Amino acid sequence: MPPPPAEPPRGASRRAALFGGTATGEVPEGLVAHVLEFGEELRGEGVAVGTSELLDAFQALPEVPWSEPVAFRETLAATLAKSPEDRVIFDLVFDRFFFRATELAALREGIREDGGGMDEAGAELNLETLRQQIAQAIADGDEGRLRDLARLAIAAFGQQGEGSGVIGVDVQRIRRQLGLRSEAQPDLPQEDPRREGLPRENLRRFEQLLRQELERRQIERTETLPPARPLNELDRALPTGPLQDLASVHKVVTQLKRRLKTQGQEHRGVRRHAHVDVRRTMRASLETGGVPVVLKFRPVRPRRPELFVVCDVSTSVTSASVFFLSVMHALHDSFRKMRSFVFIERVSEVTDVFHKERDFKAVSEAIGRDAGVADISGYTDYGRVWRELREQIEDELHPRATVIVLGDARTNGRDPGAETFARIAEKAGRTYWLNPEPRLYWNYGDSVIKAYEQYCEAFECWTTSQLEDFVKALTSPDAHRG
Amino acid sequence: MPATHATAADVAQGLRDVGYLPDDATTLVSFLAAKLGKPILVEGPAGVGKTQLAKSLAETFGRELVRLQCYEGLDEAKALYEWNYRKQLLRIQSEADGTGWSEVQDDIFGEEFLLARPLLTAIASKEPVVLLIDEIDKTDQEFEAMLLELLSDFQITIPELGRIEATTMPIVLLTSNNTRELTEALKRRCLYLWIDYPSLEHELDIVRLHAPDLDEHVARRLVEVVAMVRDLDLKKPPSIAESIDWARALLLLGATDIDAKTFRETMSIIVKHRTDLDVVTERVGVKLGLPEDSLGAASAG
Repeated sequence: MPPPPAEPPRGASRRAALFGGTATGEVPEGLVAHVLEFGEELRGEGVAVGTSELLDAFQALPEVPWSEPVAFRETLAATLAKSPEDRVIFDLVFDRFFFRATELAALREGIREDGGGMDEAGAELNLETLRQQIAQAIADGDEGRLRDLARLAIAAFGQQGEGSGVIGVDVQRIRRQLGLRSEAQPDLPQEDPRREGLPRENLRRFEQLLRQELERRQIERTETLPPARPLNELDRALPTGPLQDLASVHKVVTQLKRRLKTQGQEHRGVRRHAHVDVRRTMRASLETGGVPVVLKFRPVRPRRPELFVVCDVSTSVTSASVFFLSVMHALHDSFRKMRSFVFIERVSEVTDVFHKERDFKAVSEAIGRDAGVADISGYTDYGRVWRELREQIEDELHPRATVIVLGDARTNGRDPGAETFARIAEKAGRTYWLNPEPRLYWNYGDSVIKAYEQYCEAFECWTTSQLEDFVKALTSPDAHRG
Repeated sequence: MPATHATAADVAQGLRDVGYLPDDATTLVSFLAAKLGKPILVEGPAGVGKTQLAKSLAETFGRELVRLQCYEGLDEAKALYEWNYRKQLLRIQSEADGTGWSEVQDDIFGEEFLLARPLLTAIASKEPVVLLIDEIDKTDQEFEAMLLELLSDFQITIPELGRIEATTMPIVLLTSNNTRELTEALKRRCLYLWIDYPSLEHELDIVRLHAPDLDEHVARRLVEVVAMVRDLDLKKPPSIAESIDWARALLLLGATDIDAKTFRETMSIIVKHRTDLDVVTERVGVKLGLPEDSLGAASAG
């Protein structure tokens, strides 16, 4: 059984590879089995790989020089992974799967890498030269050299003491000893490529290669394949909870922004029969001698409701409020008529902050600094918040207005003020509550969401897909009850 | 056909010859699409050359480009075919009395009275074409469903005429800006290609190709700055076309370096929103590294 093309390169340096050859020809049976297993594994990680996708892959592979790693990988990607999200998972699974498949085949056949010669070469190598070479290769982003140098580095540093046995630790140790950093190191000599700082992406790539090589050696040493580790949520880089870093949240929000811009428009024309535009019909009828053959309709405008967004920024929802603030930020871009409030113990309006600042970071800083959030105890006081909010917005509420509350409804034992909230909800056309806690925790402890739920539609919102569901509800004209 | 395009390398070379620098994935998928007759679904941010890919493919394969620009409310009459209603009316009116209904009916639903729209044009063309369905995400799902027959079998059913099958195999590209999720059924029928903003080196190659006289140092600086600008959260990040425009502008101005001053004067070429301009001035201006006083000195001297 021929082993599948091993460890194909990825990322920016892919361009270095060439499609020199013509099609390699029929795909051997062994590889077919591997690709099928690979498809199975992709399914296991949640990529929708259908039979037709696999058939496409098999149809495509004989046409390309599939024995070349890049061609093999890209062909499978083009036929199996059909969204950017799927592609991320595809790359991860691809690396994992074919790395393991290669190693397994090597174990079975009893093939060992000629490690001895490599180690000697490492010993002879001047450490300082090695440092320079690696730094240069990282700066150039030369994939092939990086792969070779990763081996040399492990060989060289393996001699200075045994590895810790934990691969992650070893990788970092080697990186530190090589003095590889992405920040500039001004005390180094002029011609040293590390002086200006190394490109972060290539550095990470080098670490990956180190890790892969260490894993390979471990497999070779122990002669067993460690169990496959399913991708964890962080690997997938698909934000799913409020507890992720700002960047990933922001990525989703950018997408949300785009969706918001077009959301609602697809409903245009759904109720086309509603209004005939008499003027345009008459004008069009001139072409047909005054007979109104073609009826012209008034376009159905997408719904752009007036929004009042109220966001809890207290400590119990710290992680969630970053998420929520960025949601507010996105909403501000898409809805003209929108007023925003943040609250802890008292409520304060932040509409101006959002209008002035385009950048999300600046917004969150400004709100943290001087939005005037009266925060004496640091505990949310919902009763008081509703009273103050009602004073501020009651006159502006009308049936076409939408109130959105972002908060966990944890009152710290204080009066929930549900009747005041009911008054606000009654005056507004629609009222939504987004709760960053899973539904399971609702109404446990001091959570009083039940008191509010009867006056509004409450959504749990701790994943981005839930957020999308909410956005759909918000912009769909059918949901309009006003 | 000007080139044979027998291998992926040929396709890459062909694209390069017409001024499009493809990366490996783009090359491979284009090659497969031509070889297997499968449509390509191209996604990616605005301005990475998705539409340009279709144009370049048409050029290198020596085919005509048929383009269908999608928009909200696009329907079959605009995309597929339409009966030329007025012509039919005239035909009926000019008909002498006594002609039977069936004759007239056979007559007015003939190809003569058919207005071919882009999709029908692409299918019915005698010569193979490149069909570009641009911004498919702007249409509604009903339209997508209608495309399915076309994409899987390259045929269109017209009730009055029957089925029209493609005599030649078109290369079909669908582009999407990913503003909404396309249906699984559509994706299933396509090869998928995600084009992202190019890497530094790749963009440098592109800029060099389109502005070959530009100083090497300036070109490198330019792509670095553009990459920096794209990293900011802008309403509209600069596209590749705008990098090229900027390169040409700098060439015209005879710039020898991109410093804070040149940047400020020319950045409106790559940044086109009032609010974006502010953000970019603030962030990139500082990073370009000229302190305020040396700025003054530069303009004085």
